[in-house]
Amino acid sequence: MSKLPSPLRRNAPRFGGGDRAGIMQQSRLAGPMPWVIGIMMALTVIAAGAGLALRNLAQNARAEIAGGVTLQILEGGPAERARQAEVAVALLSNREDVAEVRRVPDAEIEALLEPWLGAQDVPEEDAIAVPALIDVRLVGPVTPRRLDELRAALAGSVPSARIDAQASWLAPVFDAIRSLQWLTLGLVTLLAATTAAAVWLAARSALGSNRDTVEIIHLLGGTDGQIARLFQRSIGLDAALGGFAGLLLGLATLALLGRQFARLGSGMIAGGSFGLTDWAVLAALPLLGMVLAMLTARLTVLAALRRML
Amino acid sequence: MSGGEGTIVQFDNVGLRYGTEREVLSDVSFALYPGSFYFLTGASGAGKTSLLKLLYLAQRPSRGVIRMFGTDVITLPRQALPAFRRRIGVVFQDFRLVPHLSAFDNVALPLRVSGVPESEIRKPVADMLDWVGLEQRHDARPATLSGGEQQRVAIARAVIGRPEILVADEPTGNVDPDLALKLLRLFEALNRLGTTVVVATHDVHLLKKVPDSLIMRLDRGRLADPTGALRYPPRREVS
Repeated sequence: MSKLPSPLRRNAPRFGGGDRAGIMQQSRLAGPMPWVIGIMMALTVIAAGAGLALRNLAQNARAEIAGGVTLQILEGGPAERARQAEVAVALLSNREDVAEVRRVPDAEIEALLEPWLGAQDVPEEDAIAVPALIDVRLVGPVTPRRLDELRAALAGSVPSARIDAQASWLAPVFDAIRSLQWLTLGLVTLLAATTAAAVWLAARSALGSNRDTVEIIHLLGGTDGQIARLFQRSIGLDAALGGFAGLLLGLATLALLGRQFARLGSGMIAGGSFGLTDWAVLAALPLLGMVLAMLTARLTVLAALRRML
Repeated sequence: MSGGEGTIVQFDNVGLRYGTEREVLSDVSFALYPGSFYFLTGASGAGKTSLLKLLYLAQRPSRGVIRMFGTDVITLPRQALPAFRRRIGVVFQDFRLVPHLSAFDNVALPLRVSGVPESEIRKPVADMLDWVGLEQRHDARPATLSGGEQQRVAIARAVIGRPEILVADEPTGNVDPDLALKLLRLFEALNRLGTTVVVATHDVHLLKKVPDSLIMRLDRGRLADPTGALRYPPRREVS
């Protein structure tokens, strides 16, 4: 017999020769796990992608209308309406807190309203009275106090003026977007919880299948940590494999959806496109999934082993 | 019984019961000395396997005190047990080889559990398998090995880590008399290297084969110690 090593003095956290997953039967650990994790990951990527797109869309829309104020001249008489509009434009252009003033041309307003009111090819006095619109961009954000100041400034010379912050028009849309964002966050959380539950079941099943081997390792002086590491490594590999496949599937779905939405030609929806950070977040999801799966497997196995001597 | 200087294992009024059944071991007190060879005998159901389970720390007693390597192992937290188990080699009655691992990997398991690097594993394991006469069967799975070969793999696994105590439960139960004698010589060789050996057997012929051995006889869960050699301090010197 050659000189034997002295393993008894060692208290290594890992098995010698690396954490040899071969000690446990791999076929019992693998099974449907990569598929389950793959499907969960694809759904997570889609939900997270939708959430990020909604966030980008809302942010871009907010930035676009930040400082935006709409001034309506609610005057029935076309001549008086035109006069008040000119006065308002002149007054607002001279203010230091106003960055930009643009009267929306009547032709543009008519084109906007045509789908609802039809073509206004009648004499001006017979046409439906439509307010004159002035698009105002303030320096800095719109606050109720600043709106009140504008109203006060225009009250004397432009009595038919009505001033609204553009953000208030879109407030219900932003509320809806925020709700959808919460929904996607909830979906991602639920999917993560479901993945953790699937891993919990798989780890318990694998532990049951390998119970005899686990007992032998215990009796040979193996620690709970060493045994748990075998399971977490195996499930980590499953999660990596499934997670990568799920990421590809999710990204392909997002790309397809993105192309469909791009065809709508809406400026607001175009604002939902992904930036570099968003792609990085989506790419990191399989990694997070793997960490979650490994942590769940480890805690599950450690909890089960604690009940053994 | 107290103190226990010079002993490697000391049982003091140990009792063991499973659930609410009657005690399978009662008032068991003895001391084992380093480098000694012990036979544990008794009829079937006398409690031999239960006593061995306490020895290789697979079971905690219902009462009493067990000291191993100078430490009270009853009050030890379970996280501390692996370090003690690594000092004990066990040959199970049913071998308990890992079925999907080769003979080589089964024997290497205690070293891998102890974190020995792979480069330091190959030669000692190969030598150990050669030592038990399985030089041609390194890659064989347990299912393809005969009972005697499995027995030898189990023994090789038990001794590969040079344990301070070797516990063997009916190690010759499945082998022919010639092989039984050969295995016994193997235990003796290990014993000469300083390992305390405890062999549970109901084969009375085996007891005479190791002249300097001490005999622990269990009878319905109680340890008979007519010579007092198992007590601490002993009535006579243990050779």
